[in-house]
Amino acid sequence: MSPPDTIALRHYLGEGRKDRTISDARHSVSLADMIERSCLAGRCSELSGRSVLIATSRQLFSALAMIELDGVARRLLLCPPDFGWERLQVLVEQAGIDTIITDQPISGHCAAGRCTVIGIDLPERRIAERTTDHATEWLMLTSGTSGLPKIVRHTLDGLAGAIIAEGPTRHSDATWATFYDIRRYGGLQILLRAVIGGGSMVLSEPGETIAAHVARLQAGGVTHISGTPSHWRKLLMSGAAADFSPRYIRLSGEIADQAVLDGLAQAFPHASIGHAYASTEAGVGFSVDDGREGFPAHLIGRNRDGVEMKVVEGSLRIRSKRTARAYVGADAPPLADAEGFVDTGDIVELRGERYHFVGRRGGIINIGGLKVHPEEVEAVINRHACVQMSRARSRRSPITGAIVVADVILTGGIDEKRHETIRSEILSQCKDSLAAWKVPAVIRFVERLEVTAAGKLARTDA
Amino acid sequence: MSVRTKIFSAMKQIAEEQKVTLPPLQDDLSLNETGFDSLAFAILVARLEDELGIDPFTIAEDATFPSTLGELVRAYENVPA
Repeated sequence: MSPPDTIALRHYLGEGRKDRTISDARHSVSLADMIERSCLAGRCSELSGRSVLIATSRQLFSALAMIELDGVARRLLLCPPDFGWERLQVLVEQAGIDTIITDQPISGHCAAGRCTVIGIDLPERRIAERTTDHATEWLMLTSGTSGLPKIVRHTLDGLAGAIIAEGPTRHSDATWATFYDIRRYGGLQILLRAVIGGGSMVLSEPGETIAAHVARLQAGGVTHISGTPSHWRKLLMSGAAADFSPRYIRLSGEIADQAVLDGLAQAFPHASIGHAYASTEAGVGFSVDDGREGFPAHLIGRNRDGVEMKVVEGSLRIRSKRTARAYVGADAPPLADAEGFVDTGDIVELRGERYHFVGRRGGIINIGGLKVHPEEVEAVINRHACVQMSRARSRRSPITGAIVVADVILTGGIDEKRHETIRSEILSQCKDSLAAWKVPAVIRFVERLEVTAAGKLARTDA
Repeated sequence: MSVRTKIFSAMKQIAEEQKVTLPPLQDDLSLNETGFDSLAFAILVARLEDELGIDPFTIAEDATFPSTLGELVRAYENVPA
């Protein structure tokens, strides 16, 4: 087979500084070492053309396997941290998997029997010269907020499209971090930014407290960091932000409302703050760095990076080389329409010269025939200075079928005596900005709101 | 506080929020004359459920919505706790 045109991920390891690392709470791996050492006990050459499922408990091992196998394997399927082994069989069948890389014992699983199982460890054994002979397909699972997760197929070119367009070496001295897991689209973007852009990376660690995580980010010299608005609100609430001073803050994965953008600008006055629109299926659409919620209307249409966006029936549609190529598996539905546009299901609304995200198509609450997106209610509630985070949701009503109610987390240290005042202030704020049926009928103050493994506000009952 | 007082107080609160001027609250007042629209009633039922722990219009099998204020109060009073 002739070598593909694409550059394999490991070819970027020698770029930039010599002391580049990728680390988690336990180990730091030198990227320069990865050039000539294997984390697969030297079995990399066996894996040429194989379809490999990567399911490791530690993100670090997944990162090492991705770097070692891109350009070698035919396809890589990245299993997210909440991956349940009971789903192995289905994934193996749907994605035609023949090899499993893991740091866990899986011999008991019948699906594993038909696959070669290879362990993974820190890079150790020296390996001979490797060749790049495959344009590896990158397979990821959707977060499955609606229904079972689907497998989507990307190429490295598509995944790195936004990074290359921005000029990959723009942040060559950066140390990246993300609150995401790198086996999800938002996290993988950051790993690729670090590897392709010549930087380093500090990985998140499941179960770690915010304070411990932030301490590690500081110790690792993190300069660039990304997460969902829910991740960022959690950090702002924790009080741990005071000791941390990144240069670049990125939000994606959920609607970045004005309140969270302002909150971050206040907490990190020296950082530049950008919010990006991206999804596992649609890839990176755009990023905005003017500190305002929504995005300029002129981004609709075709931009110079080859991303084309349009709004049809209120939802944002994207066509570009960065979108996933297809869903994988028997009976997989088409990912894009006949013209190649991916319907994101995210509903936008033009207000003046700017589009604002109002919510998900499937998340609409129907109040006696009148519609509301929970996110638009939350955006208004979050503007109150005492509100840290909120969730609007549907509650059934014998009168109107449903009504909007809101659960609100207040900032720390607020006297309970002030609750009633704050409640009526929030209500009148909602009345001023929202149609009557969108104003929450009941506001409840809560201690915490559930955030999903993907870092997004849980909307299970929406 | 009696159920009746709680209902009246919740109604006054909602009237204030919805900028509705309530007529004097008495048993024979028709619910149509309260100035409440269906949204206001939906809010009332939700808040009363939180306060009293009951929603008589969802649990009753023959849920007929009351037409006067007196019937509304009785709907709440008659639910076995």
